[in-house]
Amino acid sequence: MLSKEQIAQRIARELKDGYYVNLGIGIPTLVANYVPEGMDVTLQSENGLLGMGPFPTEEEIDADLINAGKQTVTTLPGSVFFDSATSFAMIRSGRVDLTVLGAMEVNENGDIANWKIPGKMVKGMGGAMDLVASAQNIIVAMQHTNRAGASKLLKELSLPVTGLGCVKKVVTNLCVMDITERGFELRELAPGVRIDDVKAATEGKLIVEGDIQDIRF
Amino acid sequence: MDKVVQNAAEAIAGISDGMTLMIGGFGLCGIPENSIKALVKSGVNKLTCISNNAGVDDFGIGLLLQGKQVKKMISSYVGENVEFERQLLSGELEVELIPQGTLAERCRAAGAGVPAFFTPAGYGTEVAEGKEVRIFNGKKHIMEEAFKSDYAIVKAWKGDTDGNLIFKATARNFNPMMAMAGKITIAEVEELVKPGELDPNFIHTPGIFVNRIFQGSSYEKRIEQRTITK
Repeated sequence: MLSKEQIAQRIARELKDGYYVNLGIGIPTLVANYVPEGMDVTLQSENGLLGMGPFPTEEEIDADLINAGKQTVTTLPGSVFFDSATSFAMIRSGRVDLTVLGAMEVNENGDIANWKIPGKMVKGMGGAMDLVASAQNIIVAMQHTNRAGASKLLKELSLPVTGLGCVKKVVTNLCVMDITERGFELRELAPGVRIDDVKAATEGKLIVEGDIQDIRF
Repeated sequence: MDKVVQNAAEAIAGISDGMTLMIGGFGLCGIPENSIKALVKSGVNKLTCISNNAGVDDFGIGLLLQGKQVKKMISSYVGENVEFERQLLSGELEVELIPQGTLAERCRAAGAGVPAFFTPAGYGTEVAEGKEVRIFNGKKHIMEEAFKSDYAIVKAWKGDTDGNLIFKATARNFNPMMAMAGKITIAEVEELVKPGELDPNFIHTPGIFVNRIFQGSSYEKRIEQRTITK
C-alpha cells in the first residue's frame, strides 16, 4: 500500500519539464515535495499566484502572500501575481498543464464528486468545478476505499457531482489506474497489493489487461 | 477628481438595509477591514454579501454575521466559520455557493458591461439547474449572469486621491473585479498619496472605477494558516 506521501511521490512522476501545475489541498499539495531535481515546474495557486515557492521562514511571513489553502507561502524568481478573474482565465483556457485533486468518489466515466455530502455542512466547491470543467489533464489522488471499507471508485456516483468525464488518471493507496472509455484500466500496483485486492476494492468496471507494473520507489 | 473621504464611517454612508454588497478578499487576505468594522458599527442589516469567503468567527465578514446583519452570502467557500454554520442550519442565513472562477467572472462581467457569459464550470452539476445550456466547440456550457450590486468595497495597498489603486501580492484576488463592478465603489488603502506619486505603468485599477477612497488604519491582517519552513 502507498502512504499519502508515496501517492504524491508517484504522481510527481507525471510531471514534465515546463509544466504549469495546479495542486489541490491535501495529498495533492505534497506533490510539490517530489518535483524531480532540475525539472522546471511552475505551480499555480488559483487565488492569484504563478510560481509558488515554499512556506516562508518566520522572518519571511507576509499576511498578503498566501496560497489557495490560505497558508502563508513565498515567491520565486519569475513569480507573478494576478487577480482571480485572470487566474481562472488561465484555468478555463487550458493553460494549466496538470491539475491534481482529491476526490470523495470517481466513477468509471471519469466523473468526480468532491465538494458536497448531503446532510453535512456544505462548505462550497471553491475552484474545483472550474478546474475540473476545463483542465485537459486531471489526476486524482485518493484513498481507494472509505473508512468503512466501501469503494470510492464506482459505477455511479452516490454524491453530488463536481464535473463530468474529466478524470483521466487515479492514483490511490492501492494502484494507478487510467480511466478510458472502457472503465478503470489497472496500470500499476502498489507494493504488497495483489490484483484481487484492487478488484475487491473497485466497484466500477475494472479492466486488467497487459503488463501490470509494480510501483517502485 | 478628488474622491477622498475622511474615514470608513463616511465611506459607507448610504449603505442601507437590504442592499447587496461586494466585499473583496480571499479568506482574510485583502479584506477591507476598516469598512467591515464600520458596517458592524452602523448596524445596517439584511445585507446580501458577495464575497469569496465569509471570514472567520471573530474577523472579517464573520463580524457582520455575529451581528446578524447578513441575510444572504454568495460565496465559493464558507468553511471556516462556526457562527456561519449555526445560522445556516437554523435557517437565519441563506447561502448561494458559486464556483470560484464563475464568481470572479460574474464580478468582472458586471464591471465590463457584459450582461452574461457562458462557462463550462458547473455543467452537469446542481450549479447548472435552471440555467441555459449551449454547446460551443463541441462542449456544453452554462449561461451565467453578471452580478448586480449596490456597493463594492475593496482593499488596496496604495491609492491616490483620484482613486487609482495598486494591490499587493495575493491580496489582489477579487478586489480589482469588484472595484469595477459596484454601482458605487469604496476603496480603502494602506497608503493614500497625491496624484502623480503612483507610476501610471503600475496601476492595477484605474480611478474611474472608484467613487470613494480613504486611508485605513490599524490593519491587523490576520493569518488563517500560519505555515512556516523550519
